[in-house]
Amino acid sequence: MDKALTKNIDETRGPLDYQGYVAAGGYASVAKAMEMAPRDMMALIKEAGLGGRGGAGFNTGLKWSFIPEPDGGPRYLVVNADEMEPGTFKDRLLMEQDPHLLIEGVIASAWALQATTAYIFLRGEYTDAEELLLTAIDEAYAHGMLGTSVNGSDYRLELYLHTSAGRYICGEETALINALEGQRATPRAKPPFPQISGLWGRPTLVNNVETICNIPSIVLNGVDWFKQQGLGEEAGSKMFGISGRVNNPGCWELPLGTTFRTLLEDYAGGMREGYSLKAFLPGGGSTDFLMPEHLDVPMSYSEVGKLGSRLGTALVMVLDDKTCPIGCIHNLIKFFSHESCGWCTPCRDGLPWVEHMLLEIEQGRGKREYLDILKEMTGYMGPGKTFCALAPGAMAPLQSGLKHFMAEFEQHIDEQCCPYKHDHQLQRSA
Amino acid sequence: MSEMIATTKKQSRQLSAEEIREIEHEKTHYPYTQAVGLEALKIVQKHQGWVSDESLLAVAEYLDIPVADLEGVATFFNMIFRRPVGKNVICLCDSVACWMLGCDDLKAQITSRLGIEYGETTEDGEFTLLPVPCLGACDKAPVLMVGRETHRHVDPENLDQLLNELQRENTKSKKTM
Amino acid sequence: MADGMSEKVSITIDNQAIEVDPDKNLLEEVLSAGLDLPYFCWHPSMDSVGSCRQCAMTEYADEEDQHGRLIMACMSSPRDGARYSLQAAADFRAEIIEGMMISHPHDCAVCEEGGECHLQDMTVMSGHTYRRYDGTKVTHRNQNLGPFIGHEMNRCITCYRCVRFYRDYAGGTDLGAQASHHHVYFGRYDDGPLESEFSGNLAEVCPTGVFTDKVFSKHYSRKWDLQTSPSICAGCSIGCNINPGERYGTLRRVVNRYNDEVNGYFICDRGRFGTGYVNDDAVRIRQSMTRSSQDADPVLVSNADALQQLQDMSGAIGIGSPRASMEANFALREKVGKANFYAGLSQQEFAILQQILSIYQDTPAHIASLKDVEASDAVLILGEDLTNTAARMALAVRQSVRHRSFEKAAEQKIPLWHDAAVRKLAMDERSPLYILSPHATRLDDVSETTHICNAGQAARIAAAVASRFDKEVLAPEKLDKAEQALVKRITASFKGARQPLIIAGSNSMSLPLVQSAANLAQALYQKNELTQLALVGSEANGLGLMLLMEDSQQDLQQAFATGTQSAIVVENDLYRRAPTAEVDHFIAGLEQLAVIDNIKTRTGEQAHLVCASATFAESSGTFVNYEGRAQHYYATFKPVDSILPATRWLAPETSLATLTQACSQTLANCAGMADLTPGQDYHYAGLLVPRQQFRYSGRTAMRANKNVHEPKQEQDPDGIMSYSMEGVSPLKEARVFNTPWAPGWNSNQSVFKFQDEVGGHLKQSSIGVRLLDKRNSAEEGGYIALDSSEKNTAFPLYHLFGSEELSAQSQAIQARATSAYVAMNPADADRLGFNAGGGVTVQGNGVVPLLLRDSIATGSVGISVGLPGLNVHDVLPDVSLEPAPQWQAPPQWQPDNIIVSDRLHKLHEQEGD
Repeated sequence: MDKALTKNIDETRGPLDYQGYVAAGGYASVAKAMEMAPRDMMALIKEAGLGGRGGAGFNTGLKWSFIPEPDGGPRYLVVNADEMEPGTFKDRLLMEQDPHLLIEGVIASAWALQATTAYIFLRGEYTDAEELLLTAIDEAYAHGMLGTSVNGSDYRLELYLHTSAGRYICGEETALINALEGQRATPRAKPPFPQISGLWGRPTLVNNVETICNIPSIVLNGVDWFKQQGLGEEAGSKMFGISGRVNNPGCWELPLGTTFRTLLEDYAGGMREGYSLKAFLPGGGSTDFLMPEHLDVPMSYSEVGKLGSRLGTALVMVLDDKTCPIGCIHNLIKFFSHESCGWCTPCRDGLPWVEHMLLEIEQGRGKREYLDILKEMTGYMGPGKTFCALAPGAMAPLQSGLKHFMAEFEQHIDEQCCPYKHDHQLQRSA
Repeated sequence: MSEMIATTKKQSRQLSAEEIREIEHEKTHYPYTQAVGLEALKIVQKHQGWVSDESLLAVAEYLDIPVADLEGVATFFNMIFRRPVGKNVICLCDSVACWMLGCDDLKAQITSRLGIEYGETTEDGEFTLLPVPCLGACDKAPVLMVGRETHRHVDPENLDQLLNELQRENTKSKKTM
Repeated sequence: MADGMSEKVSITIDNQAIEVDPDKNLLEEVLSAGLDLPYFCWHPSMDSVGSCRQCAMTEYADEEDQHGRLIMACMSSPRDGARYSLQAAADFRAEIIEGMMISHPHDCAVCEEGGECHLQDMTVMSGHTYRRYDGTKVTHRNQNLGPFIGHEMNRCITCYRCVRFYRDYAGGTDLGAQASHHHVYFGRYDDGPLESEFSGNLAEVCPTGVFTDKVFSKHYSRKWDLQTSPSICAGCSIGCNINPGERYGTLRRVVNRYNDEVNGYFICDRGRFGTGYVNDDAVRIRQSMTRSSQDADPVLVSNADALQQLQDMSGAIGIGSPRASMEANFALREKVGKANFYAGLSQQEFAILQQILSIYQDTPAHIASLKDVEASDAVLILGEDLTNTAARMALAVRQSVRHRSFEKAAEQKIPLWHDAAVRKLAMDERSPLYILSPHATRLDDVSETTHICNAGQAARIAAAVASRFDKEVLAPEKLDKAEQALVKRITASFKGARQPLIIAGSNSMSLPLVQSAANLAQALYQKNELTQLALVGSEANGLGLMLLMEDSQQDLQQAFATGTQSAIVVENDLYRRAPTAEVDHFIAGLEQLAVIDNIKTRTGEQAHLVCASATFAESSGTFVNYEGRAQHYYATFKPVDSILPATRWLAPETSLATLTQACSQTLANCAGMADLTPGQDYHYAGLLVPRQQFRYSGRTAMRANKNVHEPKQEQDPDGIMSYSMEGVSPLKEARVFNTPWAPGWNSNQSVFKFQDEVGGHLKQSSIGVRLLDKRNSAEEGGYIALDSSEKNTAFPLYHLFGSEELSAQSQAIQARATSAYVAMNPADADRLGFNAGGGVTVQGNGVVPLLLRDSIATGSVGISVGLPGLNVHDVLPDVSLEPAPQWQAPPQWQPDNIIVSDRLHKLHEQEGD
């Protein structure tokens, strides 16, 4: 059977319009979903075992089930399309190449949640996706898939596109809700969870683009089919990708549990000539480095988790042997430090401190005591210490980097220069 | 006796009919007008290039939300410009994949050619250079945006070409003016 | 906050067992237990948001758990039987403060907050002593925030308290958080004065020196060098508890002093910044003087001569004052005899205050304290512009509308201390607040309806509501359809309320409005015994003065009518109380006029004898606030010898305590005054209560430029406090709550050490005595027949900054004040031929500017009160105005935002059913 996410994608052709999409079997899940009672559909998604594709992997149906029964007031479904995790480029592909799939997923999901309004919270820089989604939404309205009478029923659903203006923190669901309300995008404390008090204090579900794009095929093909799409315990296929110095960087839909070796060698065509694999971040900038000995790890939430990292977004960044790992970590921390919302102390004040020390080390002014402070900082900003997951995520590459690249850290400090400087210059002149 | 506060009170600017039309359209999407704040700032920026104090006041007045609130939002988001920017805003991705693949060299190239650092605008008001976090095209790194256009697989040659084209367009538009 | 108390639960903290309230958060309970746990973003009045991460503790899952997990105490409910540790999280807390401090300038030596800085205290407490960060600090540009508040953003540790107070708590709209990450900035969009009437609290809410008291900064002293005393604000009838501080004979600043039933943690900007007159030689009378005739130049006289001349004034009548203490008024009454004692109040204000006193004695409703106001869940304000006449009550009303959010949170099992979540869940759903006012008000942003109407119509609407609760009240006529719908809504809201509250007062200058408020409270009481009533006055001791009048009807007009040739006026400017011509006539007829006052007034300028009296900061006494709460204030410092307290001019040989006791014994309803102070012979182990902190510096040296000998310690003949640093430990036995301080807690945050629990009652000290609380269930009087003679052609307009006599003489307040004006609805102006932008000639007062405002009741004209250029008594009740179209506004006249409420002139009135 077809792939759940990419069956319509042909980058040389571009996205299907409404007619083309329907001709390819699109929007069939809407009618099928609406034959189900909303709670039954939630149960179906829960049973399918669809893990949240934003990075956390939490069971989507279970997350949905915490929404209270309708009370006649508004309820919201919000699609998190604020893709900004360094090294991640899957949602962009899905939205630019098959916008109607996302809309179909929104409608089916909204039915299950009995949402009255849905928003797609799109990253402002994704201008192509913005235009394509606006067109697709208009088409869906024009064909009665959205609006007062969804697919001819008496279910009413409005779908709006909200384009943001660039803040990584908006990927955090409660910060996203604040941003959507027109406020500063600082996160909210949980509980209460958005299912209870979300957008404007009303029941709200926030799901990632890829998560929502999985819904139509689960509705159409059922739980067993979906479970078979994964190779191991975990159900479904997943968008995987690789960036860095590989021969064929890109993004592919593959079964959960595909090994990293398959991804790197069969899909990405292996490392570029002259470069070898030094380490890799399995799923975005906020995951721990894995090493070449982990080449055969099945890329699933649980298996990557067992190695002390996270599958995250499953978009792998490859660190080669000619790139300075301290420079790489500094680049990541600089990103997180800048993207901190400024709400809680460890993240707001700790990250710039870490950024400062890493820069000093990288530029040959590092001090020995920095290493102790850096280690301390990974605890200071670890899970449970901060208001949201931004700083703990930022600490993932640092803490694993301190473990795997201690020799490089010490060499930087002892020699008061970056040992990769020569390589970098060679690359430049090449 | 009374302490004079050294400010000239700024006045809001009249929003254009087009700006108002677009803001009104956005208003239909949300049950509370505060939610339109960011969208309205983006609309103003689309038309004016940036958000001046006068524009900020105008949006706050139009939506009847406190200007302090709106400034809090405007200064929070990366892509709202509270200072004038050039006609072409070059947003160069400096996140990890692009960094590995040489975005620093591209930045040096732009700086030496246009004479601007990050956050600066050329004297002729044509170009502003800004860093931007991961643009989500890491498989095609390095990446940059000019205005709403994303450019992938940027290298020294095609960057030069791109700047040539932009400068040509700039001179062209100047001549026709 | 929460209704009712939950069963206490037991927890252990570092093996110490304590009983805690599960409805409170753990931080509060840890502090209430007397333990030290550092915090920043949490505030007892503003609850928790969990941003600073400073109050981290360790929670253990069970007895076996060795590691536990880190929790934020302010964001955690205590779990019955759970085990916690403060110790185990100490390292994390030290790291937190180290993080906060990476960009802090460490400028304590030149920072106004130094020595009472919560950040300093918490830094020491957390054990952060060495700064490891060696990078560049972030710096900011500061803003000019107006005459009240200084701004030094580099000191900011980003706790968000300022915006949470200013916006969430006080409803201000012009201060916000800007930018993000390590660059977060708190300020206005642009330079300019902070608009909120409560901006001064930022100086106390800010845990460090970002927001500071600018007036204090200009003449600064360290907290430990200030001589302080427990005092009561003289700025209005609320009676906020304050703590003034003095150094070198000048009053340096005023800060809030906690009283859970009155002002809690906050005061208004009039109270904080309105005491500059105390130091101002241009305003003060510092030495007594005589004049041979009313227009002769004054001659300075000694105290002894002045006292003798006062002594010689036999047969004089006495004119008291609502801004003078109970004791000063009483001493005057004793001196001249009750029959010759006149309240220095206009006929109208006298009648209204007398009515209020009589209502308080008769009403079955509870007289609401500010704490009761906050606890009320349906409020009707009749005619009072609270923000400008009793500002602290407006702040309390603003909290009352949050009850709906607490109900909603409780339904969702969200703890009520979870501030952000509670506010978000409710969005703009609020408990009902109805305002009937002749103009827009600063509370309109949280009111269900603000109905613009004159006082008479407001009284009728209140009567209509009352008639729906008790048929004995006759439903009035003259209500239009919209008003009938409004009556329905108010009725429904009151029916659904747990604790309804009606607010009115004397400032509306409408007798029927106060009467109607009382009737409504009484009718409502038939259905709900928790019904509350609050009737505010205008000055610090207006109600007290009425208690002194007892059954006497002697207002100022009666005094004028005596034809007396000799009068003694205590702390009162008659020109603020009666029409100019009448006062002129009265004074012209006097052979002898003695004025005892602390400031120069028009009355004093014509007196034959002027005696220099002490201000609230230099003398002690008792004020009775709007609710009948008698509160004692203690002199902060001793003035120069030529200044005496008014009581000492009038009763030179009598101690203050004796006068207080005499009041309590002589006056009906004043028995409670006997309990206000611990008694004149109070001491503990031979020690008095010190006015100076034990770190007070320079005692032997501070006057060395004048005399190398250390002077004898000043004695306070009136009290139980010493002008000294020795005395009873403030934390232990002192029966008087002066400046809060506790070991390790140098800032005002130390106040919790003086409370029985966080935000609770003071363990020591008096919070005042409510004189009018009924001892037995009162017999209910009947309903009051509304005075129907009132015309309502004009109404008064008040300004927090400018309308009150004393504060208006302070430079900081003047920087925010304006001159007199008249305001009317543009429709009326059109109809009557007044041009926009021109002026109006007001009978006997020259030309003043005319303001046109949509949000003003038609058919009435608004007259500014107390502002220079217009005596409101010349105008009310019969207004005669002429257009002055040629009049040119002076350049300093900037009518924008003159009626502060203007900014909210968009009324969210939902007429219809």
